[in-house]
Amino acid sequence: MNTGSLKNMYWLVKREFWEHRGGFLWAPIITGGIFLLLNIMGIITAEVFGSSHGARIGGGSGLNLVINDMDAGDLSKVGLALDVAMYSAMGMVFIVMGFVVLFYCLGALYDDRRDRSILFWKSLPVSDLSTVLSKVLSATLLAPAIAIITGVLLGIAQLLLMALVLSFHGVNVWQLLTLAHPFRITLNMIGSLPLYALSALPSIGWLLFCSAWVRSKPFLWAVLLPVLAGVLMSWFGLMGLFNLGSGWFWNNVVRRLLLNVFPGVDAFASGEIGNWSSGQTLLNYHMLMRVDLWIGVLAGAALIAAAIWFRRWRDDS
Amino acid sequence: MSAVITASNLGKRYKSSAALDNVSFQIQPGRIVGLIGPNGAGKTTALKAILGLTDFSGELNVLGFDPRKQRDKLMGEVCFIADVAVLPRWLKVSEAIDFVAAVHPRFDRSKCEAFLTRTKLGPNQRVRQMSKGMIVQLHLALVMAIDARLLILDEPTLGLDILYRKQFYQSLLEDYFDEDKTIIVTTHQVEEVEHILTDLMFIRDGRIVLDTDMEAVGERYIEVMVNADRADAARALKPLDERQVFGKSIFLFDGVARSTLEALGETRRPSVSDLFVATMKGTYA
Repeated sequence: MNTGSLKNMYWLVKREFWEHRGGFLWAPIITGGIFLLLNIMGIITAEVFGSSHGARIGGGSGLNLVINDMDAGDLSKVGLALDVAMYSAMGMVFIVMGFVVLFYCLGALYDDRRDRSILFWKSLPVSDLSTVLSKVLSATLLAPAIAIITGVLLGIAQLLLMALVLSFHGVNVWQLLTLAHPFRITLNMIGSLPLYALSALPSIGWLLFCSAWVRSKPFLWAVLLPVLAGVLMSWFGLMGLFNLGSGWFWNNVVRRLLLNVFPGVDAFASGEIGNWSSGQTLLNYHMLMRVDLWIGVLAGAALIAAAIWFRRWRDDS
Repeated sequence: MSAVITASNLGKRYKSSAALDNVSFQIQPGRIVGLIGPNGAGKTTALKAILGLTDFSGELNVLGFDPRKQRDKLMGEVCFIADVAVLPRWLKVSEAIDFVAAVHPRFDRSKCEAFLTRTKLGPNQRVRQMSKGMIVQLHLALVMAIDARLLILDEPTLGLDILYRKQFYQSLLEDYFDEDKTIIVTTHQVEEVEHILTDLMFIRDGRIVLDTDMEAVGERYIEVMVNADRADAARALKPLDERQVFGKSIFLFDGVARSTLEALGETRRPSVSDLFVATMKGTYA
């Protein structure tokens, strides 16, 4: 790429951000805000309820004594609990981001055909290749990057909130915080961005392909085709016509085409997450050694190529 | 100078009908060409072929480019306004200017801003808050600030009131058009463009039925107002069209000598719309 097309790409991605500011930026921020608000409300309820019933959360300095009595193994469990609290806050943001990316991709090459503004975009000297790639970049990097930043800030806020509440009950905040791993989690999150991009590519490719290809109702086509294929596979499987497990099809084809826009789905499905311990890298880079990941990437690339072709020649506006 | 557009044997079929049926034409630089035809005659298909927005058979050269293969390069030299509602509704005026300035090498930001100061549009206004006329003003300001060699207008003033329509063509002539530029315009409001056109193309059922410049129109087509007593003599000359006004007959002739017709009555140059109606007789029958 020369500097001219790099500059074009920057502006094309910026254009996507302008159009989808609500989904890319505000949806994660509002989700985080609501999550924090609910937490604060819950804490206040617990405090009021607790004091009016004479119970005291943490039992004054009792919790501190408990922590002081813990051995290293117990301490790492407290750290794990705090890490989980931080991850759960981030998880909310990522689930919302998954939905945002899903619907973004479905509309990305369809909405402007429906309202005919494609005629304006196509009147500018921008190739269809760059246009589609800018949408791929927005879905694989821009949206998750914003979600990660929001998620990390939210996770830290959540951690501080818990620490603050406990400190009212005489627990040593700093000792608690040193048990958690906010920095490692933050780095993990940032490091997981390329893994997300790769594992989400088959879904993003499929959704963009549907978006460029259908004449109407992209959501219906995008969901119906893989699900119908899965149902057929299950049915043929029941009939015992061939040995390919239908579970394999559901897990590897249907999930990868539809659900991989949600961060971590790939890692969960392949058992990468689930028995991790505190502070371990959430998405391990040894995923990169897996063949099925790269088959998915290739399928995604092929679908994106098809989307570019349809973007170029679909003539219905 | 070489032609801006050279088309030979253009063809495009939709399921049952031919939208373009072996069309060949040339458009020279510095012309304002009216491409005029009834609904569904193939105007938009022809423009889409020129812009590389649709596939077709035959040969087409636009400013040295093949629109099928080099659409994005071609768009550096060609501007296009389709009928009014095509600017995306979420776009702000300032975003539109920033984006076009970034991706279009021939865009002149200060020119565009100067055009916009003549309107009521503010930088933070979104397209969804604008009236149809304002959207066209914005689009025209963007397009006129691009130093393109070919401007294609497809029903640009559809649905606008007369003030906006007049202003639209006036701006184009005063601030944009010169001998290096070429404009192709399709419209149903023929009366409004007729005085600015230099060339005329009629298209019907995917074929070009008339391709001429405006001077030749005046020489070839003559309208004569004839008193009732001489009407039969006029009919013998095989007019294209005949209509009655205030007890007199008005005949439209194609290629009959002016001296012959002057003997029958008062002659004049026909309006494009009368010519169009006469040429397209029976289109919807």
